Amino acid sequence: MSILVTPQTRVLVQGITGGFGARHTQLSLAYGTQIVAGVTPGKGGQLFENEVPVFDTVAQAVKETGATASAIFVPPAFAADAILEGVEAGLDLVVCITEGIPVNDMVKVKRALEGKGTRLIGPNCPGIVTPGQGKDSHGGCRIGIAPGYIHKPGHIGVVSRSGTLTYEAVWQLTCRGVGQSTCVGIGGDPVNGTSHLDVVRMFDADPDTHGIIMIGEIGGAAEEEAAEWIGKHCRKPVAGFIAGASAPPGRRMGHAGAIVSGGKGTAAAKIQALKAAGIAVAPTPSEMAETLLKRM
Amino acid sequence: MNLHEYQARQLLSRNAVALPPGDVCDTPEGARTIAEELLAQGARRLAVKAQIHAGGRGKGTFRDGFQGGVKLCVAAADVYDKAKAMLGNVLVTRQTGPEGRLVRKLMVAAAPQIRKELYLAVLLDRGCSRPVIMASTEGGMDIEEVAARTPEKIVREPVDPALGFMPYQARKVAVALALKGEFIGQGAKLLMGVFKTWWECDASLLEINPLCLVDAGDGKEALMAVDTKLSLDDNALYRHPDLQAMRDLGEEAPLETEAAKHNLNYIKLDGNIACLVNGAGLAMATMDIIEHFGGRPANFLDVGGGATQDQVAAAFRIIVQDANVKGILVNIFGGIMDCNVIAAGIVAAVKETGLRLPLVVRLEGNNAHTGRQTLAASDLTLVTGSSMADAARKVVQAVGPK
Repeated sequence: MSILVTPQTRVLVQGITGGFGARHTQLSLAYGTQIVAGVTPGKGGQLFENEVPVFDTVAQAVKETGATASAIFVPPAFAADAILEGVEAGLDLVVCITEGIPVNDMVKVKRALEGKGTRLIGPNCPGIVTPGQGKDSHGGCRIGIAPGYIHKPGHIGVVSRSGTLTYEAVWQLTCRGVGQSTCVGIGGDPVNGTSHLDVVRMFDADPDTHGIIMIGEIGGAAEEEAAEWIGKHCRKPVAGFIAGASAPPGRRMGHAGAIVSGGKGTAAAKIQALKAAGIAVAPTPSEMAETLLKRM
Repeated sequence: MNLHEYQARQLLSRNAVALPPGDVCDTPEGARTIAEELLAQGARRLAVKAQIHAGGRGKGTFRDGFQGGVKLCVAAADVYDKAKAMLGNVLVTRQTGPEGRLVRKLMVAAAPQIRKELYLAVLLDRGCSRPVIMASTEGGMDIEEVAARTPEKIVREPVDPALGFMPYQARKVAVALALKGEFIGQGAKLLMGVFKTWWECDASLLEINPLCLVDAGDGKEALMAVDTKLSLDDNALYRHPDLQAMRDLGEEAPLETEAAKHNLNYIKLDGNIACLVNGAGLAMATMDIIEHFGGRPANFLDVGGGATQDQVAAAFRIIVQDANVKGILVNIFGGIMDCNVIAAGIVAAVKETGLRLPLVVRLEGNNAHTGRQTLAASDLTLVTGSSMADAARKVVQAVGPK
């Protein structure tokens, strides 16, 4: 099993005809993901790559194809609207890849999500991969922009705010012959749909996940929140890494959410919280997989 | 993006937030003219305030030894002298770093007698994903200190984005600020205006410190925003051309501005090992691992997920402009991007810049093998790293201990 998505999950792509969306839809199709529909307003009726039907609205795409998950590749100014369209269409899962959405747009989206059945991953995230059983994990579910081939089906769950650090951890695992159940990039923005804790709880409940790598970075308190829960409730070994120990306070380190402000959100405080919860903290980003494997 | 105090005042005044009267100028003569007008209007005391994007101005020191970036005066001639001393001078405060900031503009404002100093801010509460009003009766000092010493003296009022900031919430905060009688209504009105400004501007932080009860003459008092700090959400600037026009490039590091033109995310730091990385998380982690092995990173640099050969070349040009740099670490995990494109970009950039510094490259991911071959086939004297740790160790070794 896996969390959030399986190789059978039917996925639609919002913004399928844009350059970025098109490129990654091609890669997902090549990976064997069930991309069943695309949405671009005004382009309904077209076929993407001669195989994926394009619709004008998410609701139409859901009705016609039975898609339950969406990947959003629309530009930042239109992304909040695209998320809400996916929510209204009753999707189980919306994964927003878009980087650069105004924070206040996400504040409104997060409020609108309250009480709704849709889970949002991201924004500003690499997305989700549940590896498949084929060569180089072909046949898996790839929603987003992560490289599929670095994965290997297995039993480690990976959750991270950062894309490239997720790939780094996954590659370290795969190179050691250790596979992954699901890898989730929750995104680097200060307001996101799904937190470290949300994903850790799903991994804990997933019988097919046997260990967890949780990658965090400076800013906010999501890692501390997850660590506290892990210390009390998590039944699986967890290794962690926190990026940004060398970052100067008050500066935004690439990700909108990666900032130490008012003395809050430092790497030192997060590492301390992880250690206090019994999480094995990797001393360097080169040792994320090794740190977990030693613990297992 | 940060704004100057005088710009923040313009935005606040649109929403009827009470401010001490004043104006901005860039010459001593201009300062004198504003001073004369304010004195004619009945001001008895004036403040001359250096306009830079850094706090701690009052306790700062100018490069030539002149003390204080905020000065109180009673006469226009004195305002002229203080303005002359500050303009064109470099002010060093606890927030500017030793290089300080060149003062190009000043604000001259009325400085009424302060009876009571309060603190007020609007910011994002990441815990609940909502805006929050933060207020304290302990104004005029560093709020981080208040939070550390007397956290009970800070009140927090989250705002439901579906409703906006409600008047009853504003009154609640006014009461928590120990305002009484007519000042509860006045304070609530000011709070509503401050929140409206924050929301309309897509601000990330709007801080009024101090918010003051001042002597308004005839034994009366008034509530005024005496000092203001405003930072904006960069992601929202596209929908605020008026705010974009307020950008002061003179306050931003030139290399960071140049990097932004190439869609590179660069932040200069004070170490001597430059790094060039794809992805923000990996870029931070690369800085960390340099420190772990005893080195000091000279910068944060994220070339992004789809870096081109031109971007890599631009990145090299930018990092070698930092005179402190004694070695370079390139750390690329090319998931989708072609490592060979990066390798070709590195070779071209090194030749173009005539780089003589130690260069360590770690390439991993898509087409990494070909990329490494491209590097090996070039006549460059570079070192390759087999992992992040290996590469970091090698570059620290090449540069020497910090």
